Amino acid sequence: MNEYVAPLGGRADFATIAAWLPSAARVLDLGCGDGSLLAYLSRIRGARGYGIEIDDAGVLASVRNGINVLQSDLESGLAGFEDASFDCVILSQTLQAMRHTEDIVREMLRVGRQAIVTFPNFGHWTHRLQILRGRMPVSSSLPYQWYDTPNIHMCTVADFDAFLAERRYTVENRVVLSGGKEVSVLPNLLGELAIYRFRPG
Amino acid sequence: MPSFAVTPGGTPAAESGHSVGVVEARRARFDAPLELACGQSLPAYELAYETYGTLDQARSNAVLVCHALNASHHVAGCYADNPEDIGWWDNMVGPGKPLDTNRYFVIGVNNLGSCFGSTGPTSINPATGRSWGADFPLVTVEDWVDAQARLADMLGIRQFAAVMGGSLGGMQALAWAIRYPDRIRHALVIAAAPNLSAQNIAFNEVARQAIMTDPDFHDGRFETFDTKPRRGLRVARMIGHITYLSDEQMEEKFGRALREGLRFSFAPEFQIESYLRHQGEKFADYYDANTYLRITKALDYFDPAIATGGDLARALAPATCKFLVVAFTTDWRFAPARSRQIVKALVDNRHDVSYAEVIASHGHDAFLLDDPRYLAVVRAYFERIAAEGSATTAKAAP
Repeated sequence: MNEYVAPLGGRADFATIAAWLPSAARVLDLGCGDGSLLAYLSRIRGARGYGIEIDDAGVLASVRNGINVLQSDLESGLAGFEDASFDCVILSQTLQAMRHTEDIVREMLRVGRQAIVTFPNFGHWTHRLQILRGRMPVSSSLPYQWYDTPNIHMCTVADFDAFLAERRYTVENRVVLSGGKEVSVLPNLLGELAIYRFRPG
Repeated sequence: MPSFAVTPGGTPAAESGHSVGVVEARRARFDAPLELACGQSLPAYELAYETYGTLDQARSNAVLVCHALNASHHVAGCYADNPEDIGWWDNMVGPGKPLDTNRYFVIGVNNLGSCFGSTGPTSINPATGRSWGADFPLVTVEDWVDAQARLADMLGIRQFAAVMGGSLGGMQALAWAIRYPDRIRHALVIAAAPNLSAQNIAFNEVARQAIMTDPDFHDGRFETFDTKPRRGLRVARMIGHITYLSDEQMEEKFGRALREGLRFSFAPEFQIESYLRHQGEKFADYYDANTYLRITKALDYFDPAIATGGDLARALAPATCKFLVVAFTTDWRFAPARSRQIVKALVDNRHDVSYAEVIASHGHDAFLLDDPRYLAVVRAYFERIAAEGSATTAKAAP
């Protein structure tokens, strides 16, 4: 039995997500891994809800963490959930690894009143520099080689801004972090991790 | 005591832990009449049961294990006079096993209408002095659960830490959650379904027809004729057995392998034929035809959503316990899609539920076998129950 291995680069987004949630919110965490985000949100914000995870080791770790985990493939959508049944649907550092990116964002805003999405910023200057040198970027936020990366839909902060604007979604909050600290100047160049909260127009 | 169908090649050894050792079956007698769903009432009845582990001071560590079609109260361990007779879920229940008898007080109970010690068609009907046979009423999953609740009363258990079962046993766990919400803290519903599909009922009906059209059936009064519808039981078991295995598993274990080459006869030539005949033969030795007819009917009738106009979510609304639902990918009898219906209904109610969909090649039988991922999830869930303690605080919706 493989033990669950937490994503590299830490989970600097947890505290920001917690701050944005109303207390006792109903939350759906997509790609919940070992359930540590839900366990954290439940502990400090009284959040309740479910995590969805496809990986066996993640499901087992989530059961051990005492959260409600449902083993399911996000790529097949959120058919098991009614419209507007959650205060917030979270997709934490999973968007870039999804095949059906647009579908999942649409589904998030169907079952949740709002969505929180976090992703590693491909526009970070170290990534740009590596591409200028002719190589695919490898960094603490993107710790994979081109041939073994699960990340198939990388985007920059500017890309995601445009994505939300094209669909007329309303951005409630946007925070870009570097080394766990908020970046306010040139976030698309200096930020490693982007965190968005948005709702339908 | 027979065990449930075990797939050839399925490893009976436990992932870890050891056996509870020698156990003893007991019998509890109930003299208050039990009102049945069919409208009849059983004036008195007995339930055969076994227990493993120790009930704690607070009487809060009891786990009820419900059995499926042809199993019994003999869940774990073996009998002093028959060490070969090992409980049907011995890989799940025992000291250090996923359902750890060092921590939990585990109860196995033979269902009403069965033929392994609880009152059923093979028992004596006090009204006639002869065995009930075809006169034994049709019992439902809810009747079983009501009878189990009286056993819990008798054992001084007001609330179970968990009620657990696979297949038809999982349906009993569901019925417990709905019928006695304040008497269970957790329900483990494994390889089950919220009701039977038309295909499931069809297989059951073919099995029943095999029994009822056997000339030795005599309208269920075969005992009077000192016989038994063995042919019918054999065919019923063969049909059932096919639905317990996956196509993949059958292919792997038997394929088109022959016993001794083609002989241009109707003697068993393919390995799968002789395997099914062997299973049918064993079953006809130990199982009662009237019991088989009734238990398959109980399966067909099970449908908690019938009381709520087909709305499973509303049917599960009264439940207050937390749930673990487990399904196996190659189970086509009660496919994962059926378990996901249960999960959806629970989520719609904001009930606490976790769901594991285990990639396993053994079909429906996987719930009895040693899949490390499956057993690890059940183990983790029972550890979590223990960590929660026995606090019976009102549940806040997730």
